[in-house]
Amino acid sequence: MDVRVSGVRKEFDRFPALHDVSLDINSGELIALLGPSGSGKTTLLRLIAGLETPTEGKVFFGDEDASLKSVQERNVGFVFQHYALFRHMTVIDNVSFGLKVRPGSSRPSKDEIRRRSSELLDFVQLSGLEKRYPAQLSGGQRQRVALARAMAIEPRVLLLDEPFGALDAKVRKELRRWLREIHDKTKHTTVFVTHDQDEALELADRVVVMSQGRIEQIGTPDEVYDRPNSPFVYSFIGESSSTEVQIKNGELWFDGQALGISSDRPDGEGMLYFRPHDIELIDASNRGIAGTVVASRRVGATRRIELAIAGATDHVEIEIPADHPATETSRIAFRPKHWRVFPKS
Amino acid sequence: MALESGPVTDPTATARHATTERRTARFVLTGIALAFLALFLVLPLVSVFVEAFRKGPTEYLAAFSEPDAQAAIRLTLLVASIAVPLNVVFGVVAAWAIAKFEFKGKAFLTTLIDLPFSVSPVISGLVYVLLFSSQSALGPWLKSQGIEILFAVPGIVLATMFVTFPFVARELIPLMQEQGTTDEEAALSLGANGWQTFWHVTLPNIKWGLLYGVLLCNARAMGEFGAVSVVSGHIRGLTNTMPLHVEILYNEYNFVAAFAVASLLALLALVTLVLKTLLELRYGAELRAVGGH
Amino acid sequence: MALGFTLAYLALIVLIPLTGLVLRSASLGFPGFWHVATDPRTVNALKISFGTSLIAAVINVIFGIIVAWVLVRYRFPGRRIVDAIVDLPFALPTAVAGIALTALYSKNGWIGRWLDLIGIKVAFTPIGITIALIFIGLPFVVRTVQPVMEEIRKEVEEAAATLGANRFQTITRVLLPGLQPAILTGFALAFARAVGEYGSVIFIAGNLPYVSEIAPLLIVIRLEEFDYAGATAIATIMLLISFFMLFVINLIQAWSRRRYGYGA
Repeated sequence: MDVRVSGVRKEFDRFPALHDVSLDINSGELIALLGPSGSGKTTLLRLIAGLETPTEGKVFFGDEDASLKSVQERNVGFVFQHYALFRHMTVIDNVSFGLKVRPGSSRPSKDEIRRRSSELLDFVQLSGLEKRYPAQLSGGQRQRVALARAMAIEPRVLLLDEPFGALDAKVRKELRRWLREIHDKTKHTTVFVTHDQDEALELADRVVVMSQGRIEQIGTPDEVYDRPNSPFVYSFIGESSSTEVQIKNGELWFDGQALGISSDRPDGEGMLYFRPHDIELIDASNRGIAGTVVASRRVGATRRIELAIAGATDHVEIEIPADHPATETSRIAFRPKHWRVFPKS
Repeated sequence: MALESGPVTDPTATARHATTERRTARFVLTGIALAFLALFLVLPLVSVFVEAFRKGPTEYLAAFSEPDAQAAIRLTLLVASIAVPLNVVFGVVAAWAIAKFEFKGKAFLTTLIDLPFSVSPVISGLVYVLLFSSQSALGPWLKSQGIEILFAVPGIVLATMFVTFPFVARELIPLMQEQGTTDEEAALSLGANGWQTFWHVTLPNIKWGLLYGVLLCNARAMGEFGAVSVVSGHIRGLTNTMPLHVEILYNEYNFVAAFAVASLLALLALVTLVLKTLLELRYGAELRAVGGH
Repeated sequence: MALGFTLAYLALIVLIPLTGLVLRSASLGFPGFWHVATDPRTVNALKISFGTSLIAAVINVIFGIIVAWVLVRYRFPGRRIVDAIVDLPFALPTAVAGIALTALYSKNGWIGRWLDLIGIKVAFTPIGITIALIFIGLPFVVRTVQPVMEEIRKEVEEAAATLGANRFQTITRVLLPGLQPAILTGFALAFARAVGEYGSVIFIAGNLPYVSEIAPLLIVIRLEEFDYAGATAIATIMLLISFFMLFVINLIQAWSRRRYGYGA
């Protein structure tokens, strides 16, 4: 099922949570909504589900305007951050709830409901735990029950709010892989919310990066990582360093000398963004950014150093090989291999 | 009446919101709740004052100029002024012992403290009658020593203490348990002795919970009827507390006087409720561990 | 030392007197006890006490849940005052409630007058007793259910809605069953309190033997007749039943904690 969000704005008590957000989700896609807290990602997810009503704009499921439908009618599978399992019901009763509350005409028979629920529990590898209560399950098991419950209603879209947020790191990694497998088997159109960039990059077909109620960038994990289109995305996803540069006649200048990097931005001041590891060290006499090492830390296989540049008015971080001889007060020059220049904010 | 749903404040969103009822359902439910409370709780309260003033303020005030009424008021104050402080001391000590120390049978002890709540007030009086009556082992001996307990003030105080026994302790136990012992340990490590620690550290921490417990304990002590009725002997001017005096006046068909004295007790109840609500509003977080009753 | 004082005070005020009651009852011997327990007047008084208490507790559960729901979920002017009023029966002396209810429901009272027109007598009948017991029991239900209701996560209701449940299904199949332990506890507390209640009942009950005479009143009557044995036997039966109720309440809580991971 395609999902299309079109020009949606949402205000809570006149406090804007989303400004004019549009998003096309293709059938069968696995989409991550990634952003810091307060970026509006959960609000967007709840708007798709129908748990919130947009102040303006529409949500389409296929060609149908879902904005006109209530949550109950939308037929979405929603997995809540803290699972929201019904704690007085057994696992199997939780999973079969959605089928049991259907109106008589579309409700499967009792046996059918039981069969389908057991099948789903089997699918999420929880068979044998049918009679347990949620309080008697581990966090990871609860998560699976919540997913099975959401899938039982044969949803048109599967929506997950911080699905791994409440789990410890080890279980989180296991479930991440497992969710991807489930998605590949079922091909449900799936949207999940996360603030964890690793999770988004590893799991999603496309990542929607959000900040302050706006979509900053939509793209495949490679696109958003390799070609961030804003300073926010640059600094939110992966590591980034930045420094102030001048643009003169289509060339970047730093500290009074041309860097040998061309730019199509108009003349003036700009901010140069690059990844700390994505640089080449050059001879200090060559054209590049030169500075004095003020701090040096060993991080895994590489060494991260902090350079005082531009007459010590600015600091940047870069990564160099661990066996590089530079020590504090050494002078080092480098040039970014990939970069982007944004207007100075 | 402007009805809104609880957590949602955006009125446009409430129309089809998933977590609240339709407007009509909210209206009907609120109506039912308010009507029920008005009929069963508010109306009786109002009627007390209306009946008391049925024959005008002069008759109302006349009820209090009667010596028996004044004696009843004095006795009620006397009983409360003995029973409440004793139960406060007990409540604080018991809560201290239960919250700050570990020992076997703690859960059982807590249950025992709650016991008077689950005993009929009449039985609470009866146990003292059995203990001190002339048919008991203790009664004749006490009589020979010239000590009157039953059908006298000591019996009334004892019965009142029995029924108000749990109030202070059960407010303080959860409160003190939640606060733990770190504050006290800090004070002791700084050289304070046990008494100083209690006075300067423990007591300030529990003062609002304590006040809350005292309030409820006092309301019950002044208003207790069943237990006191059994042990009092109903001697006018001597062993009649205010609630008992209300009964006697009522049974004599002296309705205005009965409701006049009752109105004083109702006023006490209202003051208790107001203070209790103020405490909950201002110190809600500090009282959070507190249960009902 | 604190513990010693606690135990001594507890023993003096509560335990020794209660033990006296039990010893006294034991001294009756089983035949004596059985004689009082099966006396028709005693049996009727117990039946009336437990019957009216049961009806009152059921009514309190129904309306107590509605009151708690309205207080927790809806915002309306005066909500805080309404919330405070729920505690009135805890604060109002029972004798005052008793005469006020009698004045309201007697034949020429504000309410009794209208009920009399359609032929319903409340004062001096078991209906009157039930009304007094509703008065004193209501806060037990509201104050037990209310805090648990406050803790219902909005997410649980949203989950039910996304699964297709309408509001009625969400309330009856998800929310109320989740409140079940609290509701049972509130019911048991209201019931236990009602069985022992004396002050608010005796004025409105009319106290007709075999018709509207409650067990606590019969204890008082036996005492006034200096029939201590009779009073003791009835008291023992009532105590046993109250302790059984207490035990049941504890059982509900333990069961609920074990199964659902939360108490009431």
